[in-house]
Amino acid sequence: MNALFDLLLRSVFLDNLALSFFLGMCTFLAVSKRVDTAFGVGLAVLVVQTVTVPVNNLIYTWLLAPGALAWAGLGDIDLSFLRLIAFIGIIAAMVQVLEMTLEFHIPKLYRAMGIFLPLITVNCAILGGSLFMVERSYSFVESLVFGFGSGLGWALAIVMFAAIRDRLKYADIPHGLQGLGINFVIAGLMSFGFLAFAGMG
Amino acid sequence: MQNNYWKTLTRPLLDENPMTLQILGICSALAVTTSLDTALVMSLVVICVLALSNSAISLIRHQLPRSVRIIVQITIIASLVIIVDQLLKAYAFELSKRLSVFVGLIITNCIVLGRAEGFAMRNGVWASALDGIGNGMGYALILIIVGAIREFFGKGSLLNVQILIPTSQGGSFEPLHLMLLPPSAFFIIGGIIWFIRRKRPEQVEHPEFTLSPGEDAVTK
Amino acid sequence: MSEPVANASVARALAVALTVAFACALVVSTVSVGLRPLQKANLEAERRKQLEVVINALADIGQTQSIENLEARIVELASGRYDDTQDPATFNAESAINKPGTSMLIPAELDLAGIKRRALHARIYLVRNPEGATELIILPVWGRGYQSSLRAWLVLDGDTSRILALKFYEHGETPGIGARIQEPEWEALWRDAPVYDDSGVLRIGVRSRTGSASAEDSGYLIDGISGATRTTQGVDGLIRFWLGDSGFGPYLRRIREE
Repeated sequence: MNALFDLLLRSVFLDNLALSFFLGMCTFLAVSKRVDTAFGVGLAVLVVQTVTVPVNNLIYTWLLAPGALAWAGLGDIDLSFLRLIAFIGIIAAMVQVLEMTLEFHIPKLYRAMGIFLPLITVNCAILGGSLFMVERSYSFVESLVFGFGSGLGWALAIVMFAAIRDRLKYADIPHGLQGLGINFVIAGLMSFGFLAFAGMG
Repeated sequence: MQNNYWKTLTRPLLDENPMTLQILGICSALAVTTSLDTALVMSLVVICVLALSNSAISLIRHQLPRSVRIIVQITIIASLVIIVDQLLKAYAFELSKRLSVFVGLIITNCIVLGRAEGFAMRNGVWASALDGIGNGMGYALILIIVGAIREFFGKGSLLNVQILIPTSQGGSFEPLHLMLLPPSAFFIIGGIIWFIRRKRPEQVEHPEFTLSPGEDAVTK
Repeated sequence: MSEPVANASVARALAVALTVAFACALVVSTVSVGLRPLQKANLEAERRKQLEVVINALADIGQTQSIENLEARIVELASGRYDDTQDPATFNAESAINKPGTSMLIPAELDLAGIKRRALHARIYLVRNPEGATELIILPVWGRGYQSSLRAWLVLDGDTSRILALKFYEHGETPGIGARIQEPEWEALWRDAPVYDDSGVLRIGVRSRTGSASAEDSGYLIDGISGATRTTQGVDGLIRFWLGDSGFGPYLRRIREE
């Protein structure tokens, strides 16, 4: 239990997908003009990540990993080179399913998320999360915790970033740095701040 | 026609750089630039994938039904990335280990899908190939600059050739450890953007509003 | 500028999707299978390079050996016996740890190194003197560090009483902090470190500032790296694991009993 909690804290703060590994940066920088839109994207990423990482874990463990097909008597086959395409397929499918589910069952949330749900399919943070899961050999439960934690961390980062950008609207920024330039600097400083979590846990 | 092709190739270098203007392809860029050699290999890989995927998608653009458009594009891109990944593992093993998951992440690299949707679906094969190479080079430009700065000031070397001798080896250069940490990449790119926008002022984004003097403005 | 065809027919969509999928699958599989021998050769070269790290580690402590002098043996970890049915030259440590039949899950309370799984066998190296007695035992060890896997060669003297070197050859720790496990000053701390106390109990470990070491433990603990608590703890964990009963413990006990 302790280890799982540690994993959760680590994936939210220490191994923050946005600020420590720079995954999902395009969306991060482009969609954080307002706090409410940032919140919508963050929520979408959280939901998709929590679903896809454990599902991909199952697919990898029982179908793709070297020796995984032993239950079918094909223990010698190593299909791990297919993991990229399998994961992307699962992510695209999950996003589609989620979109439809939300549309029918929670239309209010569906409208709130709007266009961001399909954009999640190509968010590097989602694929990156699954690839890290493989690299660190997480179990199913750990994948669940990691999926939730990493999604939460990304959402946290983008909402904070949007809030800072909001405040900076009143600042006098040098001409050439306005907009994208200062955003990079802000992201750098935030990343710096998150490094301080290194002693935690 | 000739002029057009040249424009397609060179526009993404400064005028429409995928990273500093279109905000695409940032993710992998920041993490693989701790040294110049990984930045170079990543650039090469992205240029190849971009050129090939743009060409392939442009080739079949008239046959692609809207309903499966995105997934077919991703399939083609993913296949190309897997092939390149396998080639790297066979011919440049050391580098492939250091690039680890980031080669795989080229699949979701916004530049590739962005140009596929934004250019290859609407233009001929030759033009799309050039656009792919052009954007790849724009991406490479930023990557190489950042990689060179980070490796030089962070380790005192370039392409693993030691240029400044660090104090741990008896020299007088005190390496800036910050350069090997993530935030430095952000700062450097911010600086590059500043530099580009001074050369190309039309890229500067105008603020949504400005405070007029006399209305609660802080006097300078 | 031409717009994409907005064709709504399901059959058409399916046909296109399947054709593309098939074509891609064909190309990818051909390339992957075709390149496999080259990739295998790379792994072999990799292994050779790791051996060279061992040679360097030995050179650091004044023992010059060539790769040919290293005698490779396969050890069955649970019993500590040599397994001579397997050929050390073709033993693939990576696939052994991934396949269920050749590896085992480590119970959480015993998993000091944080590796969750270990293979049932390991390839170790011995250096013998001209009379045939074992001079050096070289063991592959690894564990979880702060943000990466730490891999090292542990060099023990022939009677397993002292560590002669702990040489890390692979890690992804923070430069200037955790990465200092590869600095000569820190590596030197391991030279001649006693492993057991007089009653044969395993006492070696790494001292971290946050750990509470009693006065009697201090004599056996190596100083950790300040500011690199997590990496230090990782090294401590992996040392204790691999020298303990879940790792090479049984093997080392056998050596001592001979």
